[in-house]
Amino acid sequence: MSTATTGRPTRPATQPPRRPGKRHRNTLRYGGNRLRYAGIVALFLAPSLVPLTLFTLVPMVSSLWVSLHDWNLITPMEFVGLANYRELLSDGDTWAAFGHTLGYIAGYLPLVYVLGLAAALALNTALRGRNVFRAAYFLPVVTSWVVVALLWRWLLSPANGLVNHLLGLVGIDGPGWWTDPAWAMPSVILASAWKDLGFVMIILLAGLQSVPGELYDAARVDGTSAWQRFRYVTLPLLSPSTFFVVVISLINGFQVFDQVYVMTGGGPAGATEVVVQQIYDLTFRYGRAGDASALSWLLFVVVLVVTIIQVRGQRRWVTYA
Amino acid sequence: MRRAVLYAAVIAGALVMLFPFAWTVITSITPGAGLGSPDLIPDEPGLDAYRTLLDAMPFWRILANSLWIAVASTLLQLVTSAMAAYAFARLNFPGRNALFLVYLATLMVPMQVLVVPLFIEMRELNLVDTYAALLAPSIASAFGVFLLRQAVAQVPIELDEAATIDGAGHLRIFVSIVWPLIRPALATFAVLAFMSSWNSFLWPLVVIRSPELMTLPLGLSTLHGQFTTEWDVVMAGSVISIVPIAVLYLAAQKYVIQGVARSGLK
Repeated sequence: MSTATTGRPTRPATQPPRRPGKRHRNTLRYGGNRLRYAGIVALFLAPSLVPLTLFTLVPMVSSLWVSLHDWNLITPMEFVGLANYRELLSDGDTWAAFGHTLGYIAGYLPLVYVLGLAAALALNTALRGRNVFRAAYFLPVVTSWVVVALLWRWLLSPANGLVNHLLGLVGIDGPGWWTDPAWAMPSVILASAWKDLGFVMIILLAGLQSVPGELYDAARVDGTSAWQRFRYVTLPLLSPSTFFVVVISLINGFQVFDQVYVMTGGGPAGATEVVVQQIYDLTFRYGRAGDASALSWLLFVVVLVVTIIQVRGQRRWVTYA
Repeated sequence: MRRAVLYAAVIAGALVMLFPFAWTVITSITPGAGLGSPDLIPDEPGLDAYRTLLDAMPFWRILANSLWIAVASTLLQLVTSAMAAYAFARLNFPGRNALFLVYLATLMVPMQVLVVPLFIEMRELNLVDTYAALLAPSIASAFGVFLLRQAVAQVPIELDEAATIDGAGHLRIFVSIVWPLIRPALATFAVLAFMSSWNSFLWPLVVIRSPELMTLPLGLSTLHGQFTTEWDVVMAGSVISIVPIAVLYLAAQKYVIQGVARSGLK
């Protein structure tokens, strides 16, 4: 790198104009002496690298370390190797927590996708005031989870909530919602789908807007029905956006916590005890920090594997135009 | 005819999305709501719930906490992320790509994995139940670095070169050329960062004990524990915490939606 030694271009008046090109860029990047340059790199990186190291990388590593110990957060840690992982895997509560989480995902994902797709299709047409509608559908997305969960706890209150009141008007005796083990998870799913459907809608709208109109014209000339156009033109061309929604929703679904904590606290009778609720309870209720850390890594591995499988499997159903 | 059906469906949908917010307001001005279902138009509307709320907890303090924590963490993340973005896009140093991968890797680790060790770390540092602990995990954002690096890379390098010829150093180029030119990306990121701080719950729940240090979501959840059946009080708290974020959203709608559509973050 011979240009590095020529020094960086300084005073423009005394410096002849340089020819643009590769040589010039290298001068820019390697200009000045190395120590000074290293100082500049450090100056730009340190403000993010130091806090990321302290508050993300160090906890990451220490979480792995804690997961190999028995620890109640007070007395000294005791090294137990992989015992925490073994115990968790043979513990019915762990499987129940993953089961509840999967149950949540199985209800939430199809519901939020279908509702979000319906909203996106409806608001992709030339409706008057569609921007107002989009804003309305999106408002719950920016609202905090705690607010939404409290609101739905109130709407679904068995005794005097609005939903059961309305059901009563048409002669239906509403269920016990979050007070009933059978209805608690559906309550959480309902609230979650209501909050997130605007998010799905925005992603799918972006996808719909990139579908070229000529394709529909061509399909019409071929005498297709509206359903056929949806099935064979819209859905395949929307598949990259759908893929994106599914990946993100699954990651968020496995990490579901705020709405569960506020709406049910994992109850009733443990019916909504999802994995993150379990991690929280293990740490702050039972003082089992080692188990909690091990469980959080199990969750991380599950999410990672599920995501990798999806990325690998996307060729089978995702069409990139 | 088909258009009429479509309009009806879209309006019905909007009602389902918006009415719960109206219900929050109605409940909050219906004294004694929770004993029975409130009327759509309360007989004797009143602000008792808001008074009870302000007596029960330092609510203005909690609101102010949420605001300044959100503003501070947004500003910090903007500056730290933009600087790192500049380093990754414009500076050439050994191990650059490897380091960028490390940044990306931290993105994949969820808060749930970090929460226990981070709590322990804060305890070691004697920072549990302080503003510093609340702010610490949101000083830097790997996501922000990722988002802004793209923006910096799109700034024509010829501008840097011209500035270098004029004698500007990297800091000068960053401040007076790159920063102004990536403003749209900065705005998008700022809105997302503000929203995520404003709504964050798990970390404040774990690290904060004193009511005077709580942020809104945490304050609201303890409020609910306190007034389990007095829904007018709980909804009054909800109304106060929805208003600021709703106003911000309506004012910055373009950036919010752009940011969400581009990043999948919410």
